[in-house]
Amino acid sequence: MKITGAQALMKCLKEQGVNVVFGFPGGAVIDIFDEIMRNEDLTHVLVRHEQAAVHAADAYARVVGDVGVALVTSGPGATNTVTGIASAYMDSIPMVVFTGQVPTALIGNDAFQEVDIVGITRPCTKHNYLVTDPKELVSTIREAFHIARTGRPGPVLVDLPKDVVAAMVNFTEPKPIKMRTYRPTYEPHPGQIEKTCKAILKAKKPVIYIGGGVIASNAHEEVTEFARKMSAPVTMTLMGLGGFPGTDALSMGMLGMHGTYYANMAVSECDMLIAIGARFDDRVTGRIDAFAPHAKIVHIDIDPTSISKNISVDIPIVADCKHAVAAMNSWLDRAKDFNGDEVAKIHQPWLEKIREWKSKHPLGYVEEGDIIKPQFVVQKLHELTGGDAIITTEVGQNQMWAAQFYHFNHPRAFMTSGGLGVMGYGFPAAIGAKMAAPDRTVIDIAGDGSIQMNIQELATARQYNCPVKIAILNNNYLGMVRQWQELFYDKRYSNTGLETAPDFVKLAEAYGAVGLRATKPSEVEPVIKEALATDNTVIMDFVISREEGVYPMVPAGKATTEMLLV
Amino acid sequence: MKHTISVLLQNKPGVLSRVTGLFSGRGYNIESLCVNKTLDPDISCLTLVSYGADKIIEQITKQLHKLIDVIKVTDMAETEYVEREMVLIRVKAEAATRAEVLRTIDIFRGKVVDVSQKSYAVEITGDEEKIQAVIDILKPIGIQEIVKTGTIAMARAKKHL
Repeated sequence: MKITGAQALMKCLKEQGVNVVFGFPGGAVIDIFDEIMRNEDLTHVLVRHEQAAVHAADAYARVVGDVGVALVTSGPGATNTVTGIASAYMDSIPMVVFTGQVPTALIGNDAFQEVDIVGITRPCTKHNYLVTDPKELVSTIREAFHIARTGRPGPVLVDLPKDVVAAMVNFTEPKPIKMRTYRPTYEPHPGQIEKTCKAILKAKKPVIYIGGGVIASNAHEEVTEFARKMSAPVTMTLMGLGGFPGTDALSMGMLGMHGTYYANMAVSECDMLIAIGARFDDRVTGRIDAFAPHAKIVHIDIDPTSISKNISVDIPIVADCKHAVAAMNSWLDRAKDFNGDEVAKIHQPWLEKIREWKSKHPLGYVEEGDIIKPQFVVQKLHELTGGDAIITTEVGQNQMWAAQFYHFNHPRAFMTSGGLGVMGYGFPAAIGAKMAAPDRTVIDIAGDGSIQMNIQELATARQYNCPVKIAILNNNYLGMVRQWQELFYDKRYSNTGLETAPDFVKLAEAYGAVGLRATKPSEVEPVIKEALATDNTVIMDFVISREEGVYPMVPAGKATTEMLLV
Repeated sequence: MKHTISVLLQNKPGVLSRVTGLFSGRGYNIESLCVNKTLDPDISCLTLVSYGADKIIEQITKQLHKLIDVIKVTDMAETEYVEREMVLIRVKAEAATRAEVLRTIDIFRGKVVDVSQKSYAVEITGDEEKIQAVIDILKPIGIQEIVKTGTIAMARAKKHL
């Protein structure tokens, strides 16, 4: 069937199950937008800045568990996507970004709105393509989706010259994709599974450490079953929150720089560390030679490069987390010498020790009379949403308070720019999440600094009737950097004060959204209740204690046991 | 430690840049690099030499393998192999030294590929040490120009029955 390249793109999107595209038009993609207008199956969400399109596609992908799609024009449209792509790459989010490009005859000519986006994004995409031959358009798009969603997921960019999408192409029916050079390993090696299980059965003080891979591979049920079977405590990375119920008795919450006292202590004293879909990031390990020094380490990851990159591992398992943990569960079920009750008895003193650490230094904060504490706001958000909201965050203190105090019980409910740490992620992500799950409550927990990095998306939220809620924890500071300046730079607050700020209530109103403000603890609950009851985009401006810090805190480069506590 | 790494990859635009970008982006070292088509024109063979601790080399080979266009990565240190470089040297060759230059390159089984009244250009192949030895010997006579290829390498065939 001969159709135009733009029409072929529409058909490919449909065939790949894409219903929503986030984008922004421009000269090089007019042909594609012309087709979008005629295509009733596809919702295009017009953002107000291309970076927001990518963050929205990122969160959309996380909620639905499939590929998110963004579409932008050449030149500045393409360069504006780079931050979003780099964030998705660090967090292993499946995504395809289509960028327009000048006509093939002009490539390399420094044409108007030309940029070598394939060159620019090579180090921050899983793979990328410049389609120069219309005959390769359809197969390239299919390959892009295949690469994005399989193996360790990630963003793939497809650069589309204007003449290629205008050309007539032959649209063929899809065939299963077989690539000579790309075959991710899903199934674990049975020998490694056996070795792991035998080692785990010998452990007296095990810790399960889970990361974003558990969410990406939908392994939360298998992990929960495994943890309970083994009576082993579980700690989560920022990306792994929701991969194991946060309110479960075996949950130790997050570990690392702003992790809980008990999670960090448990890791430092455990004799067995089972890492599942986590990558031993520097924010998790702290000083590397002091990380889990007594532990035998098992590492399950689909990406071989993650294994033994930062920490030497005793038993590596290259596999999809879901497959690997399921295999361990069934090995234990078959094992004659495995008895769950006995194991629980053996681990009892260890769990008791963790409970002691927890009661000695629980997560907490000091109340201060009439001043709103940010942690209190997050606790109230948790309480008033029944813990069932989708939470997105910006980056900084807001992100850490959200991670610490909104106890995530389900996967795909927490969206944050974990690896790259993008301020300005949370609000467009909230829009993306709401488009994916219109029936869910979606709240962006924001700071007054971060929210201003993509505040223009209020127009997008209004245009698509996206009643997301933004909770600004407003301290008139770039709070996390200020905290570092307070602790390590003798309180020299260089350029972190944001005293000149918009009136967020009026700002919301200017866009036709609703603005609410709380300045006293007693106003927090009524404001949240009103926001949740309002069928509109709402900004909640919580004026919080200015110099509140995030604790516990492991100073950069220190061992994770050297925590500053509340 | 020196490692010679052989990489089979798709012969497509931009692939070389993915490999070199990986090295520069992650702070790895490329000592030399050599790439050309194989018998199958869709596939190129790239040989590169890098220095690093075993842990770094392990990461390099894994990261190379992770590139979508890469078919196969072999760290030659894990096998028996032969490696060669080629060098072109323009060496001063005036009446007094012409015979000596010829004798010297003959010892190294090199050959003269360009002649002028005052110089020879010679071609020599061999492993890194041999090439260095030729250069050391010709240096006092007067090397005017030198161009070296990167290393290419091939695993030895299995000899046991």
